[in-house]
Amino acid sequence: MADATLPKREPAAPAARRDFRDWLPWVTTPVLCALFVLVWWGYVALSGISAFILPTPAAVWHAWVDLLFSGRAWANTAVTVYETVVGFFWAMVVGVGLGVLIARIPWLERTVNPFVVATQVVPKVALVPLFIVWFGFGITSKVLIAAILAFFPILTNTVLGVKSIDRGHRDVMVSLNATRWQIFRRLELPSALPYIITGMEVGIVLAIIGAIVGEYLGGNDGLGHLLVSRMNAFETDGLFAVMIHMTILGFLFYFGISALRRVLTPWHETAQRDRS
Amino acid sequence: MTALPSVQADRRPAATGSPAAPAIRLEQVEKWYGTRDRPVHALAATDLEVAEGGFVVLLGPSGCGKTTLLRMIGGLIPPTSGRLSVLDRDLWKGDQRQSDAVADLGMVFQEANLFPWLTIEQNVALPLELKGAGRAERLAKARELTKLVGIAGFERRWPRELSGGMRQRAAIARALSYDPGILLMDEPFGALDALTRDAMNLELQSIWMATRKTVVLVTHSITEAVFLADRIVLLSPRPGRIDTVVDVPFARPRGLDVQASAEFQTIAGALRHRLSEIS
Repeated sequence: MADATLPKREPAAPAARRDFRDWLPWVTTPVLCALFVLVWWGYVALSGISAFILPTPAAVWHAWVDLLFSGRAWANTAVTVYETVVGFFWAMVVGVGLGVLIARIPWLERTVNPFVVATQVVPKVALVPLFIVWFGFGITSKVLIAAILAFFPILTNTVLGVKSIDRGHRDVMVSLNATRWQIFRRLELPSALPYIITGMEVGIVLAIIGAIVGEYLGGNDGLGHLLVSRMNAFETDGLFAVMIHMTILGFLFYFGISALRRVLTPWHETAQRDRS
Repeated sequence: MTALPSVQADRRPAATGSPAAPAIRLEQVEKWYGTRDRPVHALAATDLEVAEGGFVVLLGPSGCGKTTLLRMIGGLIPPTSGRLSVLDRDLWKGDQRQSDAVADLGMVFQEANLFPWLTIEQNVALPLELKGAGRAERLAKARELTKLVGIAGFERRWPRELSGGMRQRAAIARALSYDPGILLMDEPFGALDALTRDAMNLELQSIWMATRKTVVLVTHSITEAVFLADRIVLLSPRPGRIDTVVDVPFARPRGLDVQASAEFQTIAGALRHRLSEIS
């Protein structure tokens, strides 16, 4: 038998060590957060800094709990979520659609590329006042800003994904007499999906930022507006509370997309969590 | 050095072939690559016939046009000129592939080229899915073929979970799934280690004997060529053209021990000698 003559091979990663690697962030993240709060608290206590400039963690905590029980905060959250989701949706439609076309039609890429780059190098936040003039203080202008911010990473990743399709895979489909639609549906789309999801992960975060910045600069709704109103009222603890609220919202959106990755592309390396 | 027992390059049925029309016929097929300023003559005008049920190996050094030749037969690149027919149907009309002729061809590449987002059985059944076969039929065929190529039990795995040899078996199963009459293989075992390669050669022989397909296989391994082929077509480079055609007489099924026989060594030695002259 081969087993008798060959030296036994060590398993690559013992189960215990892999468990440790999986569990590590669940320990380190709370510890580091606690450490951060402790330093913050210590600084406020020792320096005697004004609560208008830096409130204690406890004050922020209370402000956040108040926020959670306030109907107005939830209404504002709903507005921001709506703007983000709708803006992100349009960024997906345009980004993926245009990306697939650009990747497949060389002359289109040459034609459209300067304009696509232009939408990126223009400081988009500077466009916000313009959008408010054009589309009013309502949600349309915010949706548009969210969409424009999220669009670019989705587009570039889609182009990259469709262009990185393996030539050998293409040969297989051609030798099987596949139609153009079959090549798109069975090869190009699944092959580009991990790239598109990477673009979505960046895009969703940018969409929230776009929505919030839009609310910041005009209008009476949304978490961005709430933030500004707390600042104007010198409620610094409330300001921190809104920031925490926004951060949690961002996390939830991001994790939503990450979960989508594991559902849609379980075969891809990026969905393998226990690989080192 | 023994001279190669050369036979006429064309217009003669292969040793095991039936007297019927050839499975593949090339008439003055020629291929140029590149731009008008710097054209590359990949394949000089070539005549070749492959008999139905035959096992033909295209052997040659790199740059001899053997892969170009196979990809033209496979419908992946159009010939610059000449006529190429599969089971008496023209494969190319100008640059247009004729899909009825392509339907009789199954291709296996150097890389297994399995789709990583499909399980092994989904990969094997992909051609049937493209042709609109129902789920039950696809599953049944996939099971039958994974068994035939020796990867039964791995139907539900992802391709990345299989070794290189097993992936190539799955690729062969995929090419067989829609039962094409002709199997075209482009260095199918070139990326495998020597031991796996021997095993795959034996496996391919038994699959060929069980299914009676016409096989055209490209390789640069002399041993593989002599072991597998009924007929070896030796190509020489710059421009690619047929140099010699050698019939291999060993009875089937061949065991790996045939490689140690004096006759095997004679043929292999003569081929090696000729290859060193033309490369």
